[in-house]
Amino acid sequence: MTYLLRRLVFYLLAAWASVTLAFVIPRLMPGDPEATMFARFHGKLDPEAMTALRRTFGFSDEPMWRQYLDYLGHVATGDLGTSVSYFPARVGDVIATGMIWTLFLAGLAVVLSYALGTLAGILAAWRRGRWLDAVGPPLLVLLGAFPFFWLAMLLLFLFGYTLGWTPVRHAHDSQVSPGWTLGFAWSVISHAALPAITIVVATAGSWMLDMRNTMIGILGEDYITMAHAKGLAPRRVMFRYAARNALLPSVTSFGMALGFVLSGSLLTEIVFSYPGQGYLLIQAVRSLDYPLIQGLFLTITLAVLAANFLVDVVYVWLDPRARSRGAP
Amino acid sequence: MTMMESDQLLRVEDLRVEYLTEAGRVRVVDDVSFNLRRGEILGLAGESGSGKTTIALAILRLLKPPAVITGGSVVFEGRDLLSLGEVELRRLRGRKIALVTQSAMNALNPVLSIGEQLADAIREHERVGRRSALERARRLLDLVDIDPDRVRSYPHELSGGMRQRVVIAMAMALSPSLVLMDEPTTALDVAVQREILARIARLRQERDFSILFISHDLSILLELCTRIGVLYAGRLVEAAPARRLLGSPQHPYTGGLIRCFPHADEAPGPRPRLVGIPGAPPDPRDPPPGCRFHPRCGQRLPACQRSAPALTTVATDHEVACHLTRS
Ligand SMILES: Nc1ncnc2c1ncn2[C@@H]1O[C@H](COP(=O)(O)OP(=O)(O)OP(=O)(O)O)[C@@H](O)[C@H]1O
Ligand SMILES: [Mg+2]
Repeated sequence: MTYLLRRLVFYLLAAWASVTLAFVIPRLMPGDPEATMFARFHGKLDPEAMTALRRTFGFSDEPMWRQYLDYLGHVATGDLGTSVSYFPARVGDVIATGMIWTLFLAGLAVVLSYALGTLAGILAAWRRGRWLDAVGPPLLVLLGAFPFFWLAMLLLFLFGYTLGWTPVRHAHDSQVSPGWTLGFAWSVISHAALPAITIVVATAGSWMLDMRNTMIGILGEDYITMAHAKGLAPRRVMFRYAARNALLPSVTSFGMALGFVLSGSLLTEIVFSYPGQGYLLIQAVRSLDYPLIQGLFLTITLAVLAANFLVDVVYVWLDPRARSRGAP
Repeated sequence: MTMMESDQLLRVEDLRVEYLTEAGRVRVVDDVSFNLRRGEILGLAGESGSGKTTIALAILRLLKPPAVITGGSVVFEGRDLLSLGEVELRRLRGRKIALVTQSAMNALNPVLSIGEQLADAIREHERVGRRSALERARRLLDLVDIDPDRVRSYPHELSGGMRQRVVIAMAMALSPSLVLMDEPTTALDVAVQREILARIARLRQERDFSILFISHDLSILLELCTRIGVLYAGRLVEAAPARRLLGSPQHPYTGGLIRCFPHADEAPGPRPRLVGIPGAPPDPRDPPPGCRFHPRCGQRLPACQRSAPALTTVATDHEVACHLTRS
């Protein structure tokens, strides 16, 4: 358990560092973000209202350390300020909505891609040289080599426009009102299908290849021969003895891949106009919505850190050696 | 010989194993035949690369590509294992014939507790619950002098000697009638090695099973085994009761091996000089014609380069494949 404690301390430090970076970077940027941001209000608002508005967005003339402490306090209480582009909505609320869609789409797609790719890798290694092993890796790697947005647009063009099988934008039909209804669920699923498939197709190949190669190495181990010699059924040997071990390195890379979830889904979300984090980020950058940019940066880094900690917990649960020794 | 036939537990006949490599077929086990009788410890000696592990794995049909059994038969309790179906074969593995693999360090799954691994073997063959399987795992550990509470330990928490004993316990789990032991003590230091050999000998007295004991160390085999077969470059060159092999080895290779170590029952006095066998075993991809030992043999005849000598009986239970004994 000391291992997890050490990791936790590390993640907390990383979280603090990223929170601080989010504070420092806008203040170091060339040009005055504050001025840019409020330029559009110039002449429209009287100076007093301006000052009040600046307060709302966290800009003040107080000394830096005071600003920093105030800022830390706000972040700790989840107060990320007010969005400019979605004024007067709070940044926290704007992000929460986007977060739900991103977690749903990218989270689901990445987990699905990992599960499918890994399973395919296990089977390919187990039946080495058979059809799955011969066809799977090259095909999936080829698909993975296409530029992400290109793949997204190709699928969108093919299935969305040409064949008309799937909706082409948004997370759900605007005609269907959100709620726990079958109609809404169907709308959400049909809208998510194509972007999710894009992510799965683009990323499953490398999972498959990784898993296949690790698995082939593991299959040469003595404990696999021993497992067969005990008379265990092939499926038991494949999963309980081989895959359990082959999974370990890939769990670690899964943690790292979570960071790319958001960058990957960013492009997908843009192509499919999907209202997730990535889409929000583009909107925020376009309209120079600094509070929103900062909020997104924070939530994305914190989410990645949290996900990595979760992966560490899973790793320790999977590998008894990590419990007693330390780093995987 | 015939009176012993009913006692036969395992009969390996003309076993041939080849590796299918890009360079062509490499025959690493070449028409090997031997008998293993009920209750006996049969030793199989040979240098590294002589095909010992390949034979053990071939018996249980555990060889993986590119290794292929291309001939012969392995008759165990009257059934030819080489023509058995997958399901029947699996029911036999572990339950009738158990294996102790060459390196115990890697013979255990690092992510499962040893209790789980022992229980896996039991539950695969018998309808018992998890609890009672674990209870039996505890007793098995006790059998090999390991604290039963160690069922919860993981392999990395055990010493090499303990792991080896766990693997032996695993082989004992279903009371098999035959245990194939592939160099079970090679990776261990001498003291631990002694301990484990003693444990094996005691276990065999308490429980009734036979052993095929594989080692490159002829001195261990001479102590432990009832009979010994000597392998050279994939061929069996001599087989005899341990005592007889030590007393009157017939094959020059066996003789050379025996001269390689000082034996215990030797007259006191100055130790004879240890004479190794000059040269190295042949490359299995390009074996010499005739007798495979002839390039290293001090007593070779012209016939040795031309034809491979067949295994012939020279005395009761003593077989040799050498042109010298023929003449
Ligand atoms: N995958 C393989 N491809 C080709 N040849 C192989 C392969 N595996 C083993 N061999 C060859 O088969 C021969 C017999 O190997 P085996 O492992 O049975 O020897 P061994 O007597 O058990 O040796 P050791 O004492 O080192 O364990 C060796 O010459 C080896 O080079
Ligand atoms: Mg070997």
